[in-house]
Amino acid sequence: MIQFLLNDQLITLEQIDTNTTVLDYLRLHRQQTGTKEGCASGDCGACTVVLGELNEAQTGLQYRAINSCITLLGALQGKQLITVECLAGERLHPVQQTMVDCHGSQCGFCTPGFVMSLFAMWKQQPKPSHEHIDLALGGNLCRCTGYQPIIKAAQALGEYATDDTFSANAQTTRQALKALQPASHLALSYQQQQYFLPHTRAELAELCLHYPDARLVAGSTDLALEITQNLKELPCLIGVNQVQDMQQLDVLAEKIIIGAARPYSDCMEVIHTYYPAFAAMMQRLGSTQIRNQGTFGGNIGTASPIGDTLPVLLALNAEVELQKGEHIRLVNLNDYFTGYRKTVLEKGEFIAAVHIPRLQAQQVLMVDKVSKRFDDDISAVCAAWVLTLNNNVIECARSGYGGMAATPARALNAEQALIGKPLDHTTIQAAQQALAHDFKPMSDVRASSWYRMMVAQNLLERMSLSVHQPA
Amino acid sequence: MKQGHAGQAIPHDSAIRHVSGTARYVDDIPLPLNTLHAMVGTSTCAAGHITQLDLSAVKSSAGVKAVLTLDDVTGHKDIGPVFPGDPLLSTGEILFYGQPIFVVAADTYQNARRAARKAKIEYTPQTPLLDVKQALHQQRFVRPTHIFGQGNAQAAIQAAPIQLHGEQYIGGQEHFYLEGQVSLALPTEEGVMVYSSTQHPSELQKLVAEVLHLPIHAVTVEMRRMGGGFGGKETQAAQWACLAALLALKTQQAVKLRLPRADDMSLTGKRHPFWNQYTLGCDEEGKILGAMIQVVGECGYSPDLSDAIVDRAMFHSDNAYYLPNAHIVGQRCFTNTVSHTAFRGFGGPQGMMIIEQAMDDIARRVGKDPLDIRKLNLYQEQQTTPYGQTIEYFVLPSIIEQLEYSSDYWQRREGIKLFNQTASHVKKGLALTPVKFGISFTAQHLNQAGALIHIYTDGSIHLNHGGTEMGQGLNIKVAQVVATEFGVDIERVLISATRTDKVPNTSPTAASSGTDLNGKAAQQAAQILKARIAECIATEYQVPVESVEFVNNQVRYLGGALSFAEVANLAYLHRVSLSSTGYYKTPLIHYDRKAGKGRPFFYYAMGAAVSEVQIDTLTGEYKVLRVDILHDVGTSLNPAVDQGQIEGGFIQGMGWLTTEELMWNQEGRLLSTSPATYKIPAISDTPPVFNVALLKDHPNGVATIYHSKAVGEPPFMLAISVWSALRDAISSLSHYKMSPRLDTPATPERVLRAVLESRAHNP
Repeated sequence: MIQFLLNDQLITLEQIDTNTTVLDYLRLHRQQTGTKEGCASGDCGACTVVLGELNEAQTGLQYRAINSCITLLGALQGKQLITVECLAGERLHPVQQTMVDCHGSQCGFCTPGFVMSLFAMWKQQPKPSHEHIDLALGGNLCRCTGYQPIIKAAQALGEYATDDTFSANAQTTRQALKALQPASHLALSYQQQQYFLPHTRAELAELCLHYPDARLVAGSTDLALEITQNLKELPCLIGVNQVQDMQQLDVLAEKIIIGAARPYSDCMEVIHTYYPAFAAMMQRLGSTQIRNQGTFGGNIGTASPIGDTLPVLLALNAEVELQKGEHIRLVNLNDYFTGYRKTVLEKGEFIAAVHIPRLQAQQVLMVDKVSKRFDDDISAVCAAWVLTLNNNVIECARSGYGGMAATPARALNAEQALIGKPLDHTTIQAAQQALAHDFKPMSDVRASSWYRMMVAQNLLERMSLSVHQPA
Repeated sequence: MKQGHAGQAIPHDSAIRHVSGTARYVDDIPLPLNTLHAMVGTSTCAAGHITQLDLSAVKSSAGVKAVLTLDDVTGHKDIGPVFPGDPLLSTGEILFYGQPIFVVAADTYQNARRAARKAKIEYTPQTPLLDVKQALHQQRFVRPTHIFGQGNAQAAIQAAPIQLHGEQYIGGQEHFYLEGQVSLALPTEEGVMVYSSTQHPSELQKLVAEVLHLPIHAVTVEMRRMGGGFGGKETQAAQWACLAALLALKTQQAVKLRLPRADDMSLTGKRHPFWNQYTLGCDEEGKILGAMIQVVGECGYSPDLSDAIVDRAMFHSDNAYYLPNAHIVGQRCFTNTVSHTAFRGFGGPQGMMIIEQAMDDIARRVGKDPLDIRKLNLYQEQQTTPYGQTIEYFVLPSIIEQLEYSSDYWQRREGIKLFNQTASHVKKGLALTPVKFGISFTAQHLNQAGALIHIYTDGSIHLNHGGTEMGQGLNIKVAQVVATEFGVDIERVLISATRTDKVPNTSPTAASSGTDLNGKAAQQAAQILKARIAECIATEYQVPVESVEFVNNQVRYLGGALSFAEVANLAYLHRVSLSSTGYYKTPLIHYDRKAGKGRPFFYYAMGAAVSEVQIDTLTGEYKVLRVDILHDVGTSLNPAVDQGQIEGGFIQGMGWLTTEELMWNQEGRLLSTSPATYKIPAISDTPPVFNVALLKDHPNGVATIYHSKAVGEPPFMLAISVWSALRDAISSLSHYKMSPRLDTPATPERVLRAVLESRAHNP
C-alpha cells in the first residue's frame, strides 16, 4: 500500500498495474486530463506536475517539478501530487495570471507544463532572475511562442500576489503529509507484478538477494522509457526512494559520500561548493524535472557512455560503494565499467553510494560538455580533467570522457602526455595528438566520429584556457 | 467603452483555459463506453514488396478486437489529397521505412501498441532511393518540372563582369507540434462522427467518406483546437482519421488513434529538404544582372502537396531582390522516405535561402558589406518578379532603413570587426536579411472562405467559420472583427469548434490565410445581419435606415437607442432571421502555369531582422546574442497576437536552420525520432536581447480585412539572418575574403567544418 495526496485528496493505492506512470494514472484513472502527454520520454515537459513534500528538517514544505510521464506511482509515497487543475482558487494563481497577461500561451498544449514549472520555481523564487527562469523552464518545450512571452511572464511575477492557497493551507498540508502512513513493504501489486518500497538498506539488500532479477527504481528517468517506449512489462520493481540510509550527503575531510538514492537537486549545493565546474555542467544535465528525480546511483547503474556525471566521477577518481547481502565493497569507477552498459555489478548486488575524493589545494577540476542544444541535451562529447599543478607543472592528470567509447573512459595516452610537463600550448598540443590514440568514437545521431574526436581534442585547449583565465 | 475590438492587444480567447488545464484537445474528450484504441503496424524496410504477411500473433494478442489491411477497405484505397499516390495502407509495395501496413484495434492503448509490433512480415527488399541528387540524375520525379523566368538569364550572365556559382543543401524540419496526430471516430446512425486534430476538416471529411464509400454528408468532422499544426496537420491528419473511422464502422465502437511521439515523427512528412544551386552574373558593384536558379525539393514517396510547395520555393527564390534576367527551375524528386508536406512557409523559406546565400557570396567577392549588396539589389516599385507580378506597396526600403538605425547596425559592424581582430577563439557575426512573402494560396480555388453567425434573443452571438485554431489566434481575431462590426464587447461573441456541418467545403487553415479569408467571410455575415436589423429598426421607429448604427453595445437610431439584446429580441419578434452565412473569395489573383506568368499573390507581407551571433571556433558552438525585428502586418488586428507570431515564427525558423537535425540511416530509417535526439529550440536559445516591433502607419495597400496583413508564415524566414550571421562570423576567419558553404541545419559540427575551411583560406 502507498499513500499520497492528490491535491487535497488522500489516496491509498494497493492493487494497480505497477508499471503505471503518474501521467497515465492522472489521465486514464482519474480523468484529470489537464496534464498532457507530449513525448512520454521526459524530454518536453508537457506532463510536468509538482510534488509537494516536507523538507528535510520536516519543518516546511518544498515543491518540485517532475515529469509525470516517466515517474512511476511508487514515487508518490508520502507526497502531495499537485496538478494544473488545482492551482487556481477563486482566482487564477499568480503564475497562471501572468501567463494570461503576457500572452504566454498560443496553442496551449505545453502550457499546463509551463505553469507547473513556474509554480515550483515561484515557490522558491518569487522574484526570479533570468538565470532562475532558464533553469526552471529549460525542460519545457514550447513550439509556438519562442519563449519570449513566457520569459516576460516569469519576470513579471514580482508584480503579483506573493501568497496562494498552498501557503494559506500549509499547516493543514503539513499535518496531512505527516499523517500519511508509510508504504508497506510490498507497496503495490497487480496480477504477477510487484513493486517493493523498502525503508532501509538492510531491507533493500534482502530484497535484492531474494529477487535478483528485480529492477531497481530511483528516479526512473531512464527505466521508465523501457515501459513507455519499448512497451516492456517490468514485473518486479524495487523502489529506493524510501530507503532512508541511502539519502546521505556526508562531507568528510577526504571525500564526499553521496547516497545512491539522493536526487541530484539535493546534491547541487554541496557540488557547487566543492566542485564548481561540475555544478556548472550539472545545470545542463537533463532539466530541473530530471534533476529532481535522477540520482548519481541511477546514472552509475545505467552505465551509459553518455551519462553526464560519469566522466567527471572518473576524473575525480570516485569509488562506488556496492552491497550484496551484508557484504559491502568499494570499486573504483575506472574498474566498474566492463562494456557497453555492462558493469561489475553482480546479481543481487546494488549501488549504495558514491565516494568522491575532495580536491586538494593544487588540483583543478575542468569540466566541459558539447551538445547540439545548450539546454536539456545529451552530450556529443563530455570531458573532465583533474590536474595537479605545481608551479604550472602538471604533476598528475586524470581524465574522464563521455561519448567517445562504449563506456565512459579515461584518456590514458593524453594523461601521460601531460604528466610532468608545464601547462602550456606545446603540452596541450602533444596531449591532443595523444588523445587520437585513446579513442575511436562512433558516428551517430548526435555527432560524427570526426567531430567527436576534434571536439575532444579542442576541449583540452578550451579547458586549459580556463585554467589560465579563471572566470 | 469598446472592449476587444480590432486593433486591441487582447489575450487569446482560450488563454484562461490553457493555463487552467481545461482547454480540451482530442485526447482529452471523455470516451464512450468500450472505446477501442488503434495503432498501425509498419514496415521495417524502405523499399520492396511484402512477400508474406502473417498477422496471427497480432490477432491473438491481448485485448485485440480487429485487425484490418487495405483489402478491408471497400471505398477509395488512396487518400492522396491532390494527386493519387498515398495508399491508406500498403498495397504490398513498400515505399518508405515505417509505412503503415495494417491497423489494429484493442481495448487499451498499450495493448494496441504491443499488438502492432507482433506481425511477422517478410519482404523482398530493394535498394532505397535516398539521395536527392541521385533522384534528380535518374529523373525520378513525383511531379513534372516547372520553369519560369524573364529576360535572357544565360546571355546576361555570360556578358556580366563577374560570374558566381553556389549550391546548398537545406535540411528538412520535423513539425514537433506538442500535441501529436490524433483522431477519435464514433459510429453514428448515418455514418461517422470524427474528432480530429486537423488543419483541414473538409478534406478529412471528404477522404473519410470516400474510404468508407459514403456520401460526404454522412461524415461530420469537428475540430475545437490543435496543440500546434504548423502545416503538419494540413494533409497528414487524414490517414489517422480514415483508419479510426474505418475501424469504428467495422466494430461499431468508438475508436481512437493517437500516434506515440516516436511514431508521429517516423510516419509523418516533414518540411522538404532542398538542394539548391545558383549561377549568377553581377557587375563590379555587386548588382545582379542575371541569375539561373534551380531548386530541387526532396518530396518523399508521393506528390502530397509537393507541386505547390516547390512552386512556392521558386516564387521566393528571388526573395526581395530584382533579377532582371532570371531563369528559375523547380524539381520535385522522389525518395523512399515519408512524403514531405506543408510546413510554415511552404517551400518559401527553402527558396529564399539560395538567393540569401548568393547575397553573402557576392559581398565577399566584391569586398562589400552584405547589407550594401542586399540594398543594392532590392526591388523597386513597379519592377516585375520572374513570374511577372508587379511590385507594389513595397515597404522594405523603409523597413530596412528604420532597422539599420534602431539596431545600430553600422556601429555594431565596426565593433564586431574590432572584436574579431582581438578575440582568440570566439568570433562574432552580424547580418540583416529581409523577407518578402507572397500571400494567397497558389491553387486559386482555395482562396475562398465561409462563415456562419447566429444572434440569439439575449443578444449573444455565436460565430463559426471555416478556419481552424492551432494557437495562432485566428478565433480571437475573427471574433474581434465581428465584435467591431456589431459594436459589441468581445465577450458577447462566442466561437465554438470548427465543424463541417456548420460551414461546408472549407479550405485548409494554411498559407497564412486564416484571418484574411475567414475574417472577411465573417465580416460579410455580420454586415448582412446588420442590414436586416437596420431595416427592422427603420420600419419599427420610422427612421432612415442610414441613421442606424451599432456602437457601444447598443443600436442607435435617429432619436433613440436600444441595447443589443433588446434589438435581438425585437428582430426576433418581427420575424427577422438572425442567422446568416458569409462568404469571401480573394480578388485579382491568377497564374498561367503554361506561361509561367501572372499574379499568384494578392499582396506581399514584409519584414527584416538583424541578428548577431557568437561562435566558438574550437567546437562550432554558437549563441545568438541579439535580434532586432521590424515586421509589416499592415494595420494589426491584434498586436499581441501578431507579436507572438513573429517571435514564435522567428525562433522556429532559427531551430530549422541551427539545431534541428533530421537523420536517416542508410536503410532509410529515421534515427531522430524523439525530442531526446531532435532538438527544437529551448528557453535559453531565446536571444537575451530580442527587440520585435510592428511597422507603424502602413495599412495594407490592398483591401484585406481592415487593411491588416497575414502573419503566420512570413516571420519564420526572418531567421535566415541567424544563418547569415553565422556565415559572417565564419567569414571573419578569412578576413571576409570568402564565405564557406554552410549547409543547414548549421549544427555546431557543420559550423566547425566551415570554420576550418574558412581558416584554410587564410593561412
